[in-house]
Amino acid sequence: RFVGPLGTIIIKCKDFRIIQLDIPGMEECLNIASSIEISEWRLSYVNQEFAVCPSYPPAVTVPKAIDDDALRKVATFRHGGRFPVLSYYHKKNGMVIMRSGQPLTGTNGRRCKEDEKLINATLRAGKRGYIIDTRPLNVAQQARAKGGGFEQEAHYPQWRRIHKSIERYHILQDSLIKLVESCNDQTQNMDRWLSKLEASNWLTHIKEILTTACLAAQCLDREGASILIHGTEGTDSTLQVTSLAQIILEPRSRTIRGFEALIEREWLQAGHPFQQRCAQSAYCNSKQKWESPVFLLFLDCVWQILRQFPCSFEFNENFLIMLFEHAYASQFGTFLGNNESERCKLKLQQKTMSLWSWVNRPSELSKFTNPLFEANNLVIWPSVAPQSLQLWEGIFLRWNRSSKYLDEAYEEMVNIIEYNKQLQAKVNLLRRQLAELETEDGVQESP
Amino acid sequence: MDHITVPKVENVKLLDRYIGKKPANGSLYLTATHLIYVEASGAARKETWIALHHIATVEKLPVTSLGCPLILRCKNFRVAHFVLESDVVCHEIYISLLKLSQPELPEDLYAFSYNPKFSKDMRENGWKLIDQTSDFGRMGIPNRYWTITDANRNYEICNTYPPEIVVPKSATLGMVVGSSKFRSKERVPVLSYLYKENNAAICRCSQPLSGFYTRCIDDELLLEAIRQTNPRSQFLYVVDTRPKAVKVEKTNVLVHCSDGWDRTAQVCSVASILLDPFYRTFKGLMILIEKEWICMGHKFSQRCGHLDGDSKEVSPIFTQFLDCIWQLMEQFPCAFEFNENFLLEIHDHVFSCQFGNFLGNCQKDRDDLRIYEKTHSVWPFLVQRKPDFRNPLYKGFTVYGVLNPSTVPYNIQFWCGMYNRFDKGLQPKQSMLESLLEIKKQRSMLEADVHKLEKIWHILLLIMRIVLLQSAKVKTSWTSPRSSPFCSLMRRRIPTQERSKLSIKQCTTMIPILWTSFCARSVTKDLSTVGVAGVSLGHPCAWLLLMATLAACRSSWHMVLMLTA
Repeated sequence: RFVGPLGTIIIKCKDFRIIQLDIPGMEECLNIASSIEISEWRLSYVNQEFAVCPSYPPAVTVPKAIDDDALRKVATFRHGGRFPVLSYYHKKNGMVIMRSGQPLTGTNGRRCKEDEKLINATLRAGKRGYIIDTRPLNVAQQARAKGGGFEQEAHYPQWRRIHKSIERYHILQDSLIKLVESCNDQTQNMDRWLSKLEASNWLTHIKEILTTACLAAQCLDREGASILIHGTEGTDSTLQVTSLAQIILEPRSRTIRGFEALIEREWLQAGHPFQQRCAQSAYCNSKQKWESPVFLLFLDCVWQILRQFPCSFEFNENFLIMLFEHAYASQFGTFLGNNESERCKLKLQQKTMSLWSWVNRPSELSKFTNPLFEANNLVIWPSVAPQSLQLWEGIFLRWNRSSKYLDEAYEEMVNIIEYNKQLQAKVNLLRRQLAELETEDGVQESP
Repeated sequence: MDHITVPKVENVKLLDRYIGKKPANGSLYLTATHLIYVEASGAARKETWIALHHIATVEKLPVTSLGCPLILRCKNFRVAHFVLESDVVCHEIYISLLKLSQPELPEDLYAFSYNPKFSKDMRENGWKLIDQTSDFGRMGIPNRYWTITDANRNYEICNTYPPEIVVPKSATLGMVVGSSKFRSKERVPVLSYLYKENNAAICRCSQPLSGFYTRCIDDELLLEAIRQTNPRSQFLYVVDTRPKAVKVEKTNVLVHCSDGWDRTAQVCSVASILLDPFYRTFKGLMILIEKEWICMGHKFSQRCGHLDGDSKEVSPIFTQFLDCIWQLMEQFPCAFEFNENFLLEIHDHVFSCQFGNFLGNCQKDRDDLRIYEKTHSVWPFLVQRKPDFRNPLYKGFTVYGVLNPSTVPYNIQFWCGMYNRFDKGLQPKQSMLESLLEIKKQRSMLEADVHKLEKIWHILLLIMRIVLLQSAKVKTSWTSPRSSPFCSLMRRRIPTQERSKLSIKQCTTMIPILWTSFCARSVTKDLSTVGVAGVSLGHPCAWLLLMATLAACRSSWHMVLMLTA
């Protein structure tokens, strides 16, 4: 059942239990809209039938000044119809992250006035913005031959373009296969292990993605400028960068609910093609054309930040591992399909259960909660130096070594923290009892 | 002191090699023992102390637009990049540092001038704190098969061994002396560790000499004697360094490298840590280092480049050993009593030469230098700082027995805390270790609070019961408006069924309890609450109680209030 933008499933069980599931997807979309200046942004339902952009959700947030007709025109100028939409609004200074597909400038240098107007609408008077293209300049130039391209300075004078070099998704797949193969080789010596690890380039990709995310966050927080991020399709490296930037900038993304909402918004609703990317993983026999560990790389990057800031995340490593598993194979419908359009066609909301409804039950959540978590309002800047990045053993060495002693250590940590909480509660109780005693006396405590 | 021509330099910049921040500006101070950089910018006066003996190399780079760069690379992996204004001053500092960081004579090392203002007794006790021969006692030696001999008391058998060594009981002095002539540097096979459970031992020595003397009867007899200390075993493993050989296959193991003071020390000490949980405690590690490294003649002075000498002898053997321990701590986080900071601190002092433990190359050197009279031992200073060095996840001595680490290459990690220790930008910004240590500190405070508060609560209840008893005796009606506020309070606090239960006998027995409770100083402070509440008097027990309180409490105005009630 859809009540406005909120999706609800009511399940009536044979054992007379009635379960109501509230699906947060659409709600999250609205949350963004409601939390920012109404005067500058609006929700557009131009894509309600998925006709304008097949990989976008039905509702997107766009600048108020741009009407739906303009959006339709912009969609013809962007790869896959993915016109620029709002990804994140930085409350501190009102700057935003927008994301899109590559502009279809082609070899003729085609331009689209509506596209220019759209992204210019996000700029404050007299301020510049940054366009972060996740492709190196030469790759972006070569894309023109296939009808793609990049935003030319002449047409976008208020925007400064920065190129990064996050690899294409098929290269990432090769990287994963090499890494996993190396991890499985128990007989090799140290030299061989280190050279194979290096040859896989996995940590190089991690570094590049994290660096780009830090750059994006710096533009917003330090430079006070809005940014537009895109790669080629806008469904892979783009989403890695926008979601990681939010982890850096926004404390809410580091809470469990906040992170779930982030995945919903920036990956599921945003149309990352999970079905294509997470079909086979590292052991596939045949070369899969669309297969790529883009989401795993994102989770790995989150883990790197978590390792550097162990007190700033409400969830622990197990939460990330669980998400990784469910992206590939799951009894829940959350990660099925490639975008919202497909999920609607498959009627997933009626036929399947949401992963979040299971994860958010208290008995499950306790496994994924980080005992060291202390809520803070910080922007956290991870170090991207090679010495600071590590191989994610919890994922890659999981089946190759016993985690018995590490599990014992984790449990010990949980016990230590739990015991302190109990002591504190006891102290509070005793103090309260004594205080009550004094107030009933009607006398003040002596100095 | 004569090497210091410029004790202070102003307007010196300190560059951070990883964070592209604006460089700090401050002053550089040069003392006989340290280089101190004091940051002028910022609210807090931040000091960076660099022990002079830590400096491995000093490099003076060509002048740039910023000034004259001076790069210090330290033995603890700190890299300090200073920029001075004046080239002349920079050169003076450069020359001074070269001379001070590596003196020519051992007597010029910091340890001989370090003065923590200890009495003679304190210094002596400091040296006695860690007694490595007691470790043999812990292993049950002397026993049926092994004995401690002082045959080397004047270093006549081997001048790089300690005065006391452990050899098989059945070995004669002749065997030991004969074997010493057959072994490189006279380092005969001696016991390193005895695994009590099955009598299997790890012995260590140096390589046998080859050449003209292809055989040595005494050496063979000695090794046979060693083998026979373990009657159940037919074989003696030589060079095989698997601790499993000791535990699982119950055989003796003889370890050696070439001279028996580098890799041998590493292998024997790591094997001991794997086999025996004692060496994973503070005391155990200190004893192990004293025993296997210091006493058994690891050439600290040469390997760590304490003096201006042969740089070819410098080698990070001890650093590697600490790295091995750290790898084990990563694989078994609950098995060690200490955390990585303990290892880092020890590492610092191996090079700082502030204490006498690591000076010289063997026990004889230390005796000759008279370090036990002239310098201090590092161990008491480390023991004092135990709270900083504890592992909050340590589960205790008995939980883990023999450790079986995985040596698959991917389990060996890069020890960022050691090799990038001073590059704060590279370290995790929030430390799980520090959080847990803080939580454990809070735990002791909270436990003390709970104990104190529970005590007060009990005492209050007891007093109320006494008063209750007393007012029952003078037949004060429970509902009478003239009853004191305290009575009405008690009415609410003490359940009806309890009121009738109390007897004078019960009251009398409570007095001794109360008396001991009142004597506790921490409690009497909070008894002000009790005093002010007012106690209706009349009952003899209550008077006794009052006397007790007076004696213990000593704050008379509280008592006045009590009396007037």
